[in-house]
Amino acid sequence: MSATNERHRQKAGGPMTMIQALRSAMDVMLARDDNVVVFGQDVGYFGGVFRCTEGLQAKFGSSRVFDAPISEGGIVGAAVGMGAYGLRPVVEIQFADYFYPASDQIVSEAARLRYRSVGDFTAPITIRMPCGGGIYGGQTHSQSPEALFTHVCGIRTVMPSNPYDAKGLLIAAIECDDPVIFLEPKRLYNGPFDGHHDRPLVPWSQHPASDVPEGHYSIPLESAAVYRPGSDLTVLAYGSMVFVCEAAAKETGVDAEIIDLRSLWPLDLPTIVASVKKTGRCVVVHEATRSTGFGAELVALVQEHCFYHLEAPIERVTGWDTPYPHAQEWAYFPGPARVAAAYRRAMEG
Amino acid sequence: MSEHERLRLHVPEPTGRPGCETDFSYLHLSPAGEARRPPVDVAPVETSDLAYTLVRVLDEQGRAVGPWAPPSDPSLLVRGLRAMLKTRIFDARMLIAQRQKKISFYMQCLGEEAIATAHALALADGDMCFPTYRQQGLLLARDDVPMSQLMCQLMSNERDPLKGRQLPVMYSYKRAGFFSISGNLATQFIQAVGWGMASAIKGDDKIASAWIGDGATAEADFHTALTFAHVYRAPVILNVVNNQWAISTFQAIAGGEATTFAARGVGCGIASLRVDGNDFLAVLAASRWAAQRARSNLGPTLIEWITYRAGAHSTSDDPSRYRPADDWKKFPLGDPIARLKQHLIGIGAWSDAQHDSAQKEIEAEVIAAQKEAESHGTLLDGHIPPLASMFEDVYKEMPPHLKDQLAQLEREQQGAAG
Repeated sequence: MSATNERHRQKAGGPMTMIQALRSAMDVMLARDDNVVVFGQDVGYFGGVFRCTEGLQAKFGSSRVFDAPISEGGIVGAAVGMGAYGLRPVVEIQFADYFYPASDQIVSEAARLRYRSVGDFTAPITIRMPCGGGIYGGQTHSQSPEALFTHVCGIRTVMPSNPYDAKGLLIAAIECDDPVIFLEPKRLYNGPFDGHHDRPLVPWSQHPASDVPEGHYSIPLESAAVYRPGSDLTVLAYGSMVFVCEAAAKETGVDAEIIDLRSLWPLDLPTIVASVKKTGRCVVVHEATRSTGFGAELVALVQEHCFYHLEAPIERVTGWDTPYPHAQEWAYFPGPARVAAAYRRAMEG
Repeated sequence: MSEHERLRLHVPEPTGRPGCETDFSYLHLSPAGEARRPPVDVAPVETSDLAYTLVRVLDEQGRAVGPWAPPSDPSLLVRGLRAMLKTRIFDARMLIAQRQKKISFYMQCLGEEAIATAHALALADGDMCFPTYRQQGLLLARDDVPMSQLMCQLMSNERDPLKGRQLPVMYSYKRAGFFSISGNLATQFIQAVGWGMASAIKGDDKIASAWIGDGATAEADFHTALTFAHVYRAPVILNVVNNQWAISTFQAIAGGEATTFAARGVGCGIASLRVDGNDFLAVLAASRWAAQRARSNLGPTLIEWITYRAGAHSTSDDPSRYRPADDWKKFPLGDPIARLKQHLIGIGAWSDAQHDSAQKEIEAEVIAAQKEAESHGTLLDGHIPPLASMFEDVYKEMPPHLKDQLAQLEREQQGAAG
């Protein structure tokens, strides 16, 4: 299903940045469902360090939108209890790099509550967290920990790449009865960054995916989008890498079919398999560290389902297996040049 | 070398070990009736003294004394005594069933029966407990949870309501106000606070009751729960069951030496009580006090219940390896069943003969329930829930990859059979 087609079915609401789109999703859901509450560090009066919740406390009151102590374990643990009561909490972890104290509450509690109680209790919670680098955040404000979540059964892991998807997927996440990890590539908050860090920022208003309806709509979880149709090779990407992969296609002239996975797990496997069977070549791209990363799972799935259609080895472009560096950020962030080289190898193979 | 003595690490030790009698003076007990009973709207800081003393109602002669003595209600107390007896008899039978391999594992609450059963009587329908694995008394104090159903869970049989997914005793009974037991320690403590916050957000009148042992108070979730409960003035009772032992770890290793667990609460701005957990009347009175505070928007109350884990931690544990074998007999707060029985006989509401006949009657009920449960199978005879149920409830709807894996398992099972 293409993001463009979905967009045309909706009444236009004007250009939004990803921040505005995320805020709009929470605004819509707070208004529609009085079981929705939003809380986290700095999200109340101030509206969040990235401003995603700005104005929501003033609109919905401080018992619906409020600040939390600096305790990720407490934020998620309290959300699990609220979910068990019947609320739909949307919590913010200020940076994905800070979720680790909440690991037990995510992995052992939220993810398994439905299973262990046979549906007696559930945790329909959404855990938002800005992720990824490209903002000179160093090793504690740049991580992409998605593989730590996709390995956990019972949770869904989602990562949008543009304002339209961000709103539709966040609404779907809030409405979902399973716990959802909602990763927001913070480098994309204000524009479709393509990895050319030395060029001026392109604002979202110049991209069609900023055309976001004001009202309610949702994008089904477990559905990928063919972001750029193509015939030469299939690119499996998500989050901050989608526009990098698009730039690499432009720069190489390779007619890449770029699939924006959007939901990382559970995954839209049929869209991937159909594309790879069509192109016979596959490049997997993510910003996170390489070894035992989510890309390894993608490579394994493509191999299992498309082996006899492959005409070249599957390529992987990823961050290095190091902590995210500060000064050396642009040597770490997988940019268009590295992706372009992978396209060429895949085409030669 | 400096002129000071060399530094040395302090590692707390219990006073008693196998072959060496425990000196229970570390408990700092107060006489029954001595602790004051403040009004429910007391400022949390004004409960500081109550976090270091001990609220007790029953004296050595079984009389109810002092300001915490609840209004006389002999029929309720008889109900409580029967609930404690039921819990003890249930535990004893299930220990035997475990030795017979009908159950893989069991955890009894011998010696701690008063805490959960009296607390259950202080709560209202719709309130939610977030228990540990030693609060089966919360369920056994109720009339609406059939023992045979609990036993089906313990036996992981075809009627196990949890479909064989959970270790024995990790019950879940939403309708009985009993949150699913995790098995990971302390996680439920902050969840209870979240549940209470949700009740407050919705303007409900239900309260939460959180449970934790002395050992697990060392986990971050305990401290987080105290912070959140205080910050949002959550309608929650924060119960710390100090039964002195976390498997082989004495409560001093959890941080109980020369202070109390109740004192943690006062430090966080939470009204706190330290209560004789083997005194049914004290448990009832303190639980009611805390419940009234929670239900009146007065915020959380932390209660440290002093008791003693009379049995092994679980059926996998042998406490004679690390503590005196006769410790419980010498524990100064005694046996909660014997103490309430003495009180009820003293006020003319009970007799030895009634006690004996109640015991026999409950034993017969437990045996009948076990027979009923075993008719649906035990872990020993392989009448376990269907394998396919392993894949259900991971998500609300089964995603394609789990459907594929279920189909693969079924193919492999058929292959093995053929």
